[in-house]
Amino acid sequence: MTRNKRIGIISYSAFVLLPIYWLINMSFKSNEEITGGLSLWPQQFTFANYQVIFTDPSWYNGYFNSIYYVVLNSVITLVVALPAAYAFSRYKFVGDKHLFFWLLTNRMAPPAVFLLPFFQLYSSVGLFDTHIAVALAHCLFSVPLAVWILEGFMSAVPREIDETAYIDGYSFGHFFIRLFLPLISSGIGVTIFFSFMFSWVELLLARTLTSVNAKPIAAIMTRTIGASGVDWGVLAAAGVLTIIPGVLVIYFVRNHVAKGFALGRV
Amino acid sequence: MNWMAWTLPTAIFFSTIGSIIVMMTVWEIRSPCIERKGFLPISTTRGDRLFIGLLSSAFIHLFTLGFTSLNIWLALIASVIWLISLMRWG
Amino acid sequence: MNKVQNNKAWLLVLPVFLLVAFSAIIPLMTVVNYSVQDIFDQNNAYFVGLEWYQEVMSVPRLQDSLARQFFYSGTVLLIEVPLGICVALMMPTRGWTASLSLIVLALPLLIPWNVVGTIWQIFARSDIGLLGYVINGIGIDYNYTNNSVDAWFTVLLMDVWHWTSLIALLCYSGLRAIPDAYYQAARIDRASSWAIFRYIQLPKLQGVLIIGVLLRFMDSFMIYTEPFVLTGGGPGNSTTFLSQTLTKMAIGQFDIGPAAAFSIIYFLIVLLVSWLFFTTITHLDKDKVKEQSHD
Repeated sequence: MTRNKRIGIISYSAFVLLPIYWLINMSFKSNEEITGGLSLWPQQFTFANYQVIFTDPSWYNGYFNSIYYVVLNSVITLVVALPAAYAFSRYKFVGDKHLFFWLLTNRMAPPAVFLLPFFQLYSSVGLFDTHIAVALAHCLFSVPLAVWILEGFMSAVPREIDETAYIDGYSFGHFFIRLFLPLISSGIGVTIFFSFMFSWVELLLARTLTSVNAKPIAAIMTRTIGASGVDWGVLAAAGVLTIIPGVLVIYFVRNHVAKGFALGRV
Repeated sequence: MNWMAWTLPTAIFFSTIGSIIVMMTVWEIRSPCIERKGFLPISTTRGDRLFIGLLSSAFIHLFTLGFTSLNIWLALIASVIWLISLMRWG
Repeated sequence: MNKVQNNKAWLLVLPVFLLVAFSAIIPLMTVVNYSVQDIFDQNNAYFVGLEWYQEVMSVPRLQDSLARQFFYSGTVLLIEVPLGICVALMMPTRGWTASLSLIVLALPLLIPWNVVGTIWQIFARSDIGLLGYVINGIGIDYNYTNNSVDAWFTVLLMDVWHWTSLIALLCYSGLRAIPDAYYQAARIDRASSWAIFRYIQLPKLQGVLIIGVLLRFMDSFMIYTEPFVLTGGGPGNSTTFLSQTLTKMAIGQFDIGPAAAFSIIYFLIVLLVSWLFFTTITHLDKDKVKEQSHD
């Protein structure tokens, strides 16, 4: 039984890793080698593709732009979602359930046609091509999920803790930051994971709301397709570099993730 | 606001929905409602019934437009009657 | 949990409300406004009433892509949910292998969607891709760029690769939440592993599965970037999904009115399905509370 399980999980992991391995493999090959024939590992190992990216500011600025708005998005999400989740977990108020459902419905709007109004909305308030615009637009996906996850964690903390703290004379702010937040640190980890995930992987809105100054890396990648065909090597190298931040985030929150989903509002 | 391309009918539509929500909120604060079970298979509050009513009205309109040649005002009347009965007995 | 009735809680929710309303309600209203007008440019728009709604519901191209979309979402759910559960059951529970498998599984979720498309483009091409090369090597004629069945297969395989992990991670955490005592009791009763799965694990997974299905339904229903990069909707229209048809209409042909009308219909469909799911979740919660209060 356990042996079958081990074989199963190893083969599934292989299925997950194989396409990624192929991308990494490509990124160390020259274009001649890629189009010339198939080889399981680079015959002439080269860093040239990475050199293209690291020496051209219009390439590596794309990474900074993406990371900048993703971090901004995670911060905004946490700051607004924490008090809201507390309100949902502790109080009943007029329209609470409907508000909650409405928040979730925002993940359902088909983005394709909403691009034009988004573009016009952010242009009209003068935020077009800024990092904050992309961060705010991504809040549409990240905030509802963050509220949902955090609410689950907070509901798992007994009310008595709140009450005892007030009796002991803590102010709300002091209690919330010093006592309450440490209790739900796993939840915060999972929330960061999700805001990162949905903001980092999203391209449509990010591309629509930016032109030069805040253009994300994922949008810059499209220019490897030029008149002379696709520059496979550079494309692969850029792809590999977009995976790295994700790996770092998973590594830091890996212990929270398992706990996190389970305690979420499910 | 020019880019939002407002028209009079959509403005009326959204202000109607907006004022319904405001009225429901005021009503709820004045006399909080208790969940109850009517002819719907689940127990609902007033707000739930409003939502179900509005969503099903939207589908009544779409059905009338897409699959019949009836006048759209008939669909509107049918929806209003459906909404009221849902609020009262749902 | 007994919650206190307090309308001042709205103050805590207000920032979220304003933030989301800004990005959600204003664009939604604008799309509704578009949908009742014939728009040539910013200053030339004519009110046409509900004509677009009537029209788009009889356009075969849109009906086709809607049908394709339902078929696609259905297939994706049918493959990913059982596979995700299996993977979750196979995952090691402790030690460094558990951390490693978590990281490996979460990898596809954190890759930008167009890079996912690129990865599969590189991986599946018959000239430079390992997958395409191997499939052709074992004697099956495979080329996703000009055979629509192959294109479908590739897009599906990509989605399975990309998203099964989400279901697996959700289920994995659901399984971790089952107390050891349950398994011990099962061992004493000499329950078969099927019985353990059916009567202990599956009921506990119900909650996470509903979330997973909901998220997967919503996201697969508006899939855009990955097939766009991988196949560009082709060959022909075989992998052109709803979002792509709409984008072509709205931006390519500048038929904003009909595209907007169809997006509203699309939104209503997703809203209905999601509401049904959501009601199920909350009612499951209520039933659980009732059961507990009976004990």
